[in-house]
Amino acid sequence: MPFHSLRIGRAAGQAGSIAVTLLGLLMLTFFIGRMMPADPVRAMVGEDATRETYEQVYRALGLDRPLWEQFFYYLGDVATGNFGTSIRTGQPVIKDILHVMPATIELATFAILIGALLGIPMGVLAAVNKERWPDHVIRVLSLMGHSMPIFWTGMIALIVFYAHLGLVGGSGRMDQFYIGLVDERTGFLLIDSLMAGEMDVFWSALNHLILPASLLGYSSAAYITRMTRSFMLDQLGQEYVTTARVKGLSRAQTIWLHAFGNIRVQLVTIVALAYGSLLEGAVLIETVFAWPGFGQYLTSNLIIGDMNAVMTCVLIVGVIFIGLNLFSDLLYRFFDPRTR
Amino acid sequence: MSPILEVENLKVRYAGATSDAVRGISFTLGRERLGIVGESGSGKSTVGRALLKLLPGATISADRLRFEDIDLNGLSERQMLSVRGRRMSMILQDPKFSLNPIRRVGDQVAETYLRHFDVSRSAARERALAMLAAVKIRDPERVYGQYPHEISGGMGQRVMIAMMLLADPDLVIADEPTSALDVTVRLQVLDILDGLVRERGIGLIMISHDLNLVRNFCDRVLIMYAGRVVETLSAADLDHAEHPYTRGLLAAQPRIGGPRRPLAVLDRKPDWLEEKA
Repeated sequence: MPFHSLRIGRAAGQAGSIAVTLLGLLMLTFFIGRMMPADPVRAMVGEDATRETYEQVYRALGLDRPLWEQFFYYLGDVATGNFGTSIRTGQPVIKDILHVMPATIELATFAILIGALLGIPMGVLAAVNKERWPDHVIRVLSLMGHSMPIFWTGMIALIVFYAHLGLVGGSGRMDQFYIGLVDERTGFLLIDSLMAGEMDVFWSALNHLILPASLLGYSSAAYITRMTRSFMLDQLGQEYVTTARVKGLSRAQTIWLHAFGNIRVQLVTIVALAYGSLLEGAVLIETVFAWPGFGQYLTSNLIIGDMNAVMTCVLIVGVIFIGLNLFSDLLYRFFDPRTR
Repeated sequence: MSPILEVENLKVRYAGATSDAVRGISFTLGRERLGIVGESGSGKSTVGRALLKLLPGATISADRLRFEDIDLNGLSERQMLSVRGRRMSMILQDPKFSLNPIRRVGDQVAETYLRHFDVSRSAARERALAMLAAVKIRDPERVYGQYPHEISGGMGQRVMIAMMLLADPDLVIADEPTSALDVTVRLQVLDILDGLVRERGIGLIMISHDLNLVRNFCDRVLIMYAGRVVETLSAADLDHAEHPYTRGLLAAQPRIGGPRRPLAVLDRKPDWLEEKA
């Protein structure tokens, strides 16, 4: 069937483009590592090392080889999962990252769920009531979400909801009391505590997660609302919407049974991008809430110049975005018959 | 014969506009085919949408707006929902835009039936398939499962006709039903529409700017100019039109094989704006 060969051809094309993107990304991280003013040898041997020691380490790291040869070594290392050792912790970089990443994924996933569940209906509501009071209220709320600095809202929220009202947990991923109680298996505290059957830890973790996730969720909701509103307004001006009304569908039926289906593809794109930027780490909120996540990790390593760690972080962010793009491509096929 | 539709002094003003788009028109419609002709902006499409009360934000008023046993004037939006599609429907211009691109065309047709009758999905599907056959689609089963981008314009317009006639309405408004189609399929589509309208005794309002089309497919013609009806006459008498605007429209038409000289340019006199037909 020509259909099948078409599909296989497209899959191959997609795999090829991912490979090229990945290679480009690796080149980028490699050159970031080489161009940075930080001296990896000096960082390892220390300020007082003799010239011989320095030379020895210099050669051991392969820095005397031509650049393209070093790049191939780097590719080989990455392929075998060797991302180098962190200067700061003395541990393999990948091990450190696997430790911080689940904390960020937990936070980002909750945040994007809140952002999408809040933002999409609000955007639709605003579009349907364009230029009437629900639209104005939603626009003000979304403008606030956009323009308030998140570290400030974070602190205010901590003062109000934690210090005064005591409704939620404070900083960190759980109460001090529970730290170390649950074995780290997946790194996702909610999952680990459930697997261990420690419900107290689970609730404590959820309690600590809810405030930072809501704040991040609010600021993504602000963006998602604005985009949803404009996507929806676009669709409501289309003729097929009139057709649905002529058939006798109510406004609500027309919106949810006809117009909404046509904005799903665009929504997937922006929600995936928002999720990607949350996974990149929200340094400010992680700092305010003492959240041991990816954003803090990347930032602190950038500051001290731990290049192995930084390169690996950049690589991971790149891979996350490639993965999210691939995922939204697959969803397009599902949502829009014209792309099949 | 009692009329299907009686319209008296219909006025429409769009939100934020300083003057009316339709400025007090009156007409009645029996079980016949009525053409509304006029140039762009004359308000002919607005009349169609006003009858269905599908003009968001616009103000619609009329001394009388009677559709069979229903007084459209006093109807709430909720009550309109059971009129639209069921008693009165409208065929839109271009199937490329008027069909939802991401839903199977058959499901879109069946939806009309599901909205108005309490039947199972499979019963609505059967109805829709029969209707697709009635608009002379040769392989209804296959077309039912296709998406709008997979069918041609002529086919799309037949699907549109099927969708709008499925619930057996008494009045159909066709808003430029063939102007987006290739010349070769126009007649086919019109014949199908014409056949169904006659066979089922449906009242038809054909909105068009094409005088020849209206002449051939309608019994009576309203000529609209700047939101008013300037002349009403039977289609057969079109050539004997008296109003200078109608005469101007007729004169501005090229004729195949006719003499090659510049076509007449429409004359628009300000005093036509105020007169009433």
